[in-house]
Amino acid sequence: MTFFFEVLITGLMVGIMYSLVALGFALIFKASDVFNMAQGAMSLFAGLALVGFLYQYMHLPLWLSLLCTMGVMTIWAYVIVYVILRPLVARPPLMLFMATFGVMYLMEGIGQSIYGTQAKGLNLGIPDKTFEVGGILLSSFDLTFALVAAVLVLGLVWFFQKTRTGRALRAVSDDHEAALSVGIPLLKAWVVTWIIAGLVAVVAGVAWGTRIGVQFSLGYIAFKALPVLIIGGIDSIPGAIIAGLVVGAGENLAEVFIGPYVGGGIQTFFPYLIALLVLYFKPYGLFGKEIIERV
Amino acid sequence: MNEKVEPLLRAENISISFGALMALDDVSLEIYPGEITAIIGPNGAGKTTMLNIINGFYKPDAGRIIFEGKERSKKMKSNRIAAQGIARTFQNLALFKGMSALGNIMVGRTMMMHSNIFSQALYWRFSQKEEIEHRVAAERIIDFLQIENIRRTPASMLPYGLRKRVELARALAAEPKLLLLDEPMAGMNLEEKEDIARFVLDANEELGYTIALIEHDMGVVMDICDRIVVLDFGKKIAEGTPDEIKANTKVIQAYLGKAQGDNT
Repeated sequence: MTFFFEVLITGLMVGIMYSLVALGFALIFKASDVFNMAQGAMSLFAGLALVGFLYQYMHLPLWLSLLCTMGVMTIWAYVIVYVILRPLVARPPLMLFMATFGVMYLMEGIGQSIYGTQAKGLNLGIPDKTFEVGGILLSSFDLTFALVAAVLVLGLVWFFQKTRTGRALRAVSDDHEAALSVGIPLLKAWVVTWIIAGLVAVVAGVAWGTRIGVQFSLGYIAFKALPVLIIGGIDSIPGAIIAGLVVGAGENLAEVFIGPYVGGGIQTFFPYLIALLVLYFKPYGLFGKEIIERV
Repeated sequence: MNEKVEPLLRAENISISFGALMALDDVSLEIYPGEITAIIGPNGAGKTTMLNIINGFYKPDAGRIIFEGKERSKKMKSNRIAAQGIARTFQNLALFKGMSALGNIMVGRTMMMHSNIFSQALYWRFSQKEEIEHRVAAERIIDFLQIENIRRTPASMLPYGLRKRVELARALAAEPKLLLLDEPMAGMNLEEKEDIARFVLDANEELGYTIALIEHDMGVVMDICDRIVVLDFGKKIAEGTPDEIKANTKVIQAYLGKAQGDNT
């Protein structure tokens, strides 16, 4: 039984990492109905920029490096919204979607030319000790990120539910024209959303970077987030979090307990299997907004 | 009527076309402060297009808009125009469906609040005080439109008539100088229509709002409006007081149908 819990908790910890990436997707989808293909690349770029400020080009202290990285992601938010998306306002979402593909390649290309293509280690000095609670092994490193993710999510929920700006962003996501008619500036709202998604990308980039190193495959963790989004409902913040945990725990448990019977390696497709099942019963995901239209 | 009063909004020689369709052709109209102006006309006459131009969703091909005596810049965005004090409702309802009635009203007041993200995070107390003030104002509007019992209900769960009312509440929440209503009574039964007509009249008489509305129900239009502008196929064919319009043969021909002049 202890073993089961250990596997479960390891899975949940990985799940938090999925949640962080899925969260970025959900935020942008909520505000602009766009599936942002560049979310993975944003995490990658945030990781690269942090390494750049910390060791590669400068030797800034950690807090300043993090601040500068956030600054870089903020600049990206402005560039993406005002240069790339602005001409596409009021066009079909598919066009915006294709534009985010472009953003993805742009970020990877610029990242490569500034920071090079080698994988880089990232060490924030977070202690990586394991200790036992009730017979279960836990890692202080994993717990730190779990805590950071929890704070981030609570902060976002507070922001969207309680503040004026958060309310305006929700209004924009509900109905662009109505939002304009009450005086909410669409582009500014988008910039705020992309900045927030950028900050989430910083956290995700740091979390993944410290774990597996900052490398270009980080851009593809986005695909790990796809089943998470489908399960959680693509526009739901709590959905992204819970589904991330479900996927992380699910794939780890399946690998350990079912894997041996079918020859292993089921980790890679198991999340999609869960996603399919969810789609079958709840087409809008567990927490997604159900769109019912009168015919 | 009071022709010497400066109009709140003047649309001068507005033309706009969509492809080959001339939606509005050299239309001028004035909206006077403190009045209810109706824009009427058969389907496809260009009424909603006119509202969309007034609130800035469309930019006219020719002509100009003068609001409060100042000509509006051609580049002005509709969100800026809303901030100047022009609020509207939509023919096909455009509520923030995920939010409660109260949430919708609070968003309607967005532009009147001053705290930004940073002050919301740093001067928590200031923005909370502001929030409370606006909450009180929202409560007054809820009271005015008699939607107390649904203030917490998500807009998507409300029946059609109440959604229309919440949308009106959201527009009123901005305390606009000019309120545009696009068919506020469409699809309603008699009782609901009477309710809305009463709210519109009260908003005009008690709260002093200037209102321009599009409506198909001639009975209501003749009863509550001070001035009527009649459009047909993108052209203005008449304007005047309800009595003048009733007597206008052009209007009767174009709008009310040739043989049956009695369905006003």
